[in-house]
Amino acid sequence: MSARYAIGIDLGTTHSALSYVDLEASDGEKTAHGVLPIPQLSAPGTVEDLPLLPSFLYLPHPDELAPGELALPWSTEGETAVAGEMARSRGATTPIRLVSSAKSWLCHPGVDRRAAILPSDAPEEVARVSPLEASTRYLQHLRRAWDHAHPEAPFDQQQVTVTIPASFDPGARELTAEAARNAGYASATLLEEPQAALYSWIQGSNGAWRKQVKAGDIVLVVDVGGGTSDFSLIAILEVDGKLEPHRVAVGDHILLGGDNMDLALAHLVARKLAANGTQLDAWQMRALTYGCRGAKEHLLADPNATTWPIVVPSRGSKLIGGSIRTELTREEVTAFITDGFFPRVEAGARPATRTRAGLTQLGLPYAQDAAITKHLSAFLARQAGATAELEGFAGRVSAEHSFLHPSAVLFNGGVFKSSILSQRVMDTINDWLYMEGAEPARMLEGADLDLAVARGAAYYSYARRGGGVRIRGGTARSYYVGVESSMPAIPGMEPPIQALCVAPFGMEEGSELELPGQEFGLVVGEPVHFRFFGSTTRRQDQIGDVLDFWGPDELQEMNEIQATLPAEGRTPGDVVQVKLHALATEAGTLELAALSPEGQRWNVEFDVRNTASQ
Amino acid sequence: MTTPTQLPGFWSRLSLAFSAFFKAAGDAEFAARVRDDQVGPVAAPAPAPVPTPAPAPVAPAPTPLRVNTPESALQLLTLLQREARLIDFANENLASYADADIGAAARVVHEGCARVLKEHFTIAPVRTEAEGARVTLEEGFDAASVRLTGNVVGKAPFKGTLSHRGWRATDVRLPQLAKEHDASVIAPAEVEL
Repeated sequence: MSARYAIGIDLGTTHSALSYVDLEASDGEKTAHGVLPIPQLSAPGTVEDLPLLPSFLYLPHPDELAPGELALPWSTEGETAVAGEMARSRGATTPIRLVSSAKSWLCHPGVDRRAAILPSDAPEEVARVSPLEASTRYLQHLRRAWDHAHPEAPFDQQQVTVTIPASFDPGARELTAEAARNAGYASATLLEEPQAALYSWIQGSNGAWRKQVKAGDIVLVVDVGGGTSDFSLIAILEVDGKLEPHRVAVGDHILLGGDNMDLALAHLVARKLAANGTQLDAWQMRALTYGCRGAKEHLLADPNATTWPIVVPSRGSKLIGGSIRTELTREEVTAFITDGFFPRVEAGARPATRTRAGLTQLGLPYAQDAAITKHLSAFLARQAGATAELEGFAGRVSAEHSFLHPSAVLFNGGVFKSSILSQRVMDTINDWLYMEGAEPARMLEGADLDLAVARGAAYYSYARRGGGVRIRGGTARSYYVGVESSMPAIPGMEPPIQALCVAPFGMEEGSELELPGQEFGLVVGEPVHFRFFGSTTRRQDQIGDVLDFWGPDELQEMNEIQATLPAEGRTPGDVVQVKLHALATEAGTLELAALSPEGQRWNVEFDVRNTASQ
Repeated sequence: MTTPTQLPGFWSRLSLAFSAFFKAAGDAEFAARVRDDQVGPVAAPAPAPVPTPAPAPVAPAPTPLRVNTPESALQLLTLLQREARLIDFANENLASYADADIGAAARVVHEGCARVLKEHFTIAPVRTEAEGARVTLEEGFDAASVRLTGNVVGKAPFKGTLSHRGWRATDVRLPQLAKEHDASVIAPAEVEL
């Protein structure tokens, strides 16, 4: 059966959404699209259709809810957990049973992402779930919502795209693909969120995007979501007389988003209240965070407002006597949000990093420096040479530039509904450009800040069928395994390590490469571990290249990878020589495969269970 | 509150209006009293599509009236309590509070009511003309959506001044309820362990 719809799913840290393009009603760049309202529990026994599904999972106590209160429009047999709005609101008062930020855990290299570890602070008796399982649940909910609304066009027969941060490593990408498979997605494709934002902008312009960008433009996508910030660079090329966007660089994973801003303000206001003798409990803190978000949005939207009142309602039924009134002032918002998260720094500014305490950290590795503009300047500096080898860009890059000069900026994420914040980022970038004598960058207008990622993903599903513009680029990193160099051992020193390139930068989807020359000896039945590295800047390395030296910023070490040769038909303990293959799949994941001389093939695992020592 | 005891102040009137509204909606006897003696408070302007008991003419042969299921009314109350703490607010005795405290709580109520209205109803004015404008009502106008007041004599077309534009719910989107759900629990008691 052929697909009737192209579906895009934004699997966000705090919210998920499903958007679609009707293939029969679309032609070329004219698309008929919509956003699916998601039926979900908003309270026990109460089902509401909401445009977003909060990415929260609540694990209720067996006695907590009356029977039948978890009913949804579809069968919920055997399900004990609740996803969506009710999970979020209930979880606020019972956080030990709330799973949140599953996506951030999914890309946390320090934990076993298939192990039932969430909620991380739950007591023993709560049956925890794994980050993978939580993501599966959200995807499953969205699939069922679709099947409920469109019985005539079953979900697994449609073209589906799921979005991921551009900064996701191969392990986190593979886990997202696995979550989609577990949720019953027959063939989902992955797409990077900043690309999705650009697709949505292209779609929204109805063809007019060709007037807003030209060949030679470098578009910087700044995506600040609820829990993560993500940057990408997309160069506009002209190929056979047509404009073609190429994604040339992606940033690192930064766990810092709009929710951190609301929380920062809430703590500020709570300190103010505490100074006057009013202590807030956890429930009131949540109400205060909610109130701060509203106040922040008002103050950032209206440049003339000087204060905005916040009322924290009482918890008991005495509303009037028990409520706490306070306010947020413009100075506080400016100091904390505009200058705290978006300071006007110089191009040479870098985010501060502290060395972590010696103890193994169990929580999420949140960004240590809240200044998003500093993360941005570091990103642009690291990618100064990103377009050097692109056709038509040679004259635009000079060795004297200390950072890559973007010529246009596209914003994404609800944070940028405030023109004060988007303007601050533009001013900061344009200061940097001015200091190097470059033209100011312009802001691309008309972005849909909340639903762009889901919409763009649906458009991508559509474009993959040949219906619209496609962004090129391939894999955003080159990958290496660590091999010990053949040097005599020196007592007290680790043997030096060389990095062998196993997958070059920019592998197009569907392409497969064989590692020439090098063979690895695998012991049958025993897992072999490799140290694994990625680089977002080494574009020239070819497969099989061996690096003896590299700069501290050039290669990032990732989780170890592991190959296990199954014992079937072999004698355990034997050594088999294998060749490594790298495959960039159509689905948007990277696979490393080992091939034996007889042509047998098995995959190298990216997501290795971490031992306690790590 | 500094208003003389004879005349209730604004906040008291607001509270009184709300409590009378809920009492009338929930208590048939009270509603009957309001209907019959015409002295009790008239229902406050409520966002609800809950039909307030219409003053039926006292006639020897009663016309059959629709029987309402209380489900949606209770559901709306649940929403107004959850989002706007309306029942908490209406049940408070305002006499012991300063206006500043009442004002702070009123923000919660106002913001929440507005949210409920926005999320669950689409409400449009009945008349699109500006208030104060001269309007002409042709013969056969819809008497249910336009109420004539003042010097109501003569025949259509009626000419007059629009004193209130009126409101009409063009769409109602109340949540669906599970079969076993007990809608009479407007807000569950909360016990912190």
